[in-house]
Amino acid sequence: MAVITPLDKTAAPEQQRQQQTRRTVRPLVLGGLALVAGIAVWAVVAALGLVENLPTPAAVASKAGTMIADGTLASDTAASLRRVFIGYALGVVVAVPVGFLMGWYPAVRAVVEPYIQFFRTIPPLALIPLAVVLLGIGEVPKIAVIYLASFMACVVASFQGVVDVDKTLINAARVLGASDRVIFAKVVVPASTPFILVGMRIGLGASWATVVAAELIGAQEGLGYRMQKAATWFDMDAIFVSLITIGVLGLVMDRLLLLAERRLTGWQERR
Amino acid sequence: MNSKISFRDVVKTFPMKGATFTALGGVDLDIADREFVTVVGPSGCGKSTLMSMAAGLQEPDSGSVLVDGKPVSGPGPDRGVIFQQYALFPWLTVRQNVEFGLKLAAVPAEERRRRADAAIGLVGLGEFADALPKTLSGGMKQRCAIARAYAVDPQVLLMDEPFGALDALTRVQLQDQLLETWSQEKRTVLFITHDVDEAVYLANRVVVMAAGPGRIHRVIDVDLPYPRTEEIRLSPEFRRIRNEVWTSVYHQDEAASAA
Repeated sequence: MAVITPLDKTAAPEQQRQQQTRRTVRPLVLGGLALVAGIAVWAVVAALGLVENLPTPAAVASKAGTMIADGTLASDTAASLRRVFIGYALGVVVAVPVGFLMGWYPAVRAVVEPYIQFFRTIPPLALIPLAVVLLGIGEVPKIAVIYLASFMACVVASFQGVVDVDKTLINAARVLGASDRVIFAKVVVPASTPFILVGMRIGLGASWATVVAAELIGAQEGLGYRMQKAATWFDMDAIFVSLITIGVLGLVMDRLLLLAERRLTGWQERR
Repeated sequence: MNSKISFRDVVKTFPMKGATFTALGGVDLDIADREFVTVVGPSGCGKSTLMSMAAGLQEPDSGSVLVDGKPVSGPGPDRGVIFQQYALFPWLTVRQNVEFGLKLAAVPAEERRRRADAAIGLVGLGEFADALPKTLSGGMKQRCAIARAYAVDPQVLLMDEPFGALDALTRVQLQDQLLETWSQEKRTVLFITHDVDEAVYLANRVVVMAAGPGRIHRVIDVDLPYPRTEEIRLSPEFRRIRNEVWTSVYHQDEAASAA
């Protein structure tokens, strides 16, 4: 017994460390395997000609190489990213205070909510023709439509966040002597942060969905434009390069938001 | 008149599906300075409404609620409130929660820290000062809430079924701890509960309420010495008072018809 005990003591933390690395490494390994398997299936399907006109991974990769070399991929990505960033950021920056005001002041809510609920049922994509007629075919209509998409997703989330703040938390602050202003800044804002971050993630997805559609009309560059042009030339490789780029960019931005969410709302009790 | 809290013919109604629900139909109650009063009664007797009006979170329809002889107009740091649902700010650590009220009172950082740590020590959460509420058990959360109320040094403590959500063992521990802190720094306590044992164990006086409309049914003095101990909890005298309170809570109709 006396010999075993110290051995156990050194073994325990070692084991723990191993378990921890296993826990973080495993999903990465599995994710990598899934990626490789997916490409393999794609390659087989393309090689056997099971789906007509499906390009092979190799062809797409070499096309990506040329598009990187001649700079089109970079300029397309930059153009789409810029539109998403401006439209999305504007949407969030306007939506959060509007949502807060709606949640905090019943009068504001009564005035604004019918409009928001009405426009929310219209998909932003359906507004593209209208935006073109009203705002022309420059950058403005594209950014405006992306802005609307992210605004709608975010405003409802932050409004709901304020409405759902636990009344006892507000009462607890009030009995400790907090004024309305303090309650808003120190209770309502932090308590609704999780809602807002969810709204921001949904808004980001909506923004990417919208940018591609927006670029189908009268753009000179951008990933959506590239796909449209490639389709008229029947250039399947280029379509795939743009598609994959959009997917990767969307995924990376979503992960960044998720990271921020973990940082900012780690205090939440999870069921 | 040296009562700390006075309810004078307090009436409170709530609209309910076209009709009005009378939560309190004319309540008179005086609580002396440094007295520990518990309120028991069936649900719907308005006991929580009573507390919430003393806290300044609700206003009476008619009658008045006085603290130190002055009508209550809104919440204030002179009255600490402890809620059944703990109501800790989940994004703040234990210490930050306890410092919340001190910050509002513009207490300088150093003194704030000292007073917060003293309150945290008083409820035995010293080790967990930097922990987030999500890592605490229900009993620890409620102790943190008590520390938060104590830190601002209120003269009156209003407690709304604070131990109602806890298991029986933790509840007894917190009752003892509450009495211990109360005997160290005496304050006026108005304590709402639905637990007859708890009501008798803690109080100088037990107020038994009746429902429909909410009113005071009986006030029963608890002539047991402090500090209250397990011995007292098991004494025949305790049992006698407990039975008396029990009967007046659960057999209100018979008592009324017999009288």
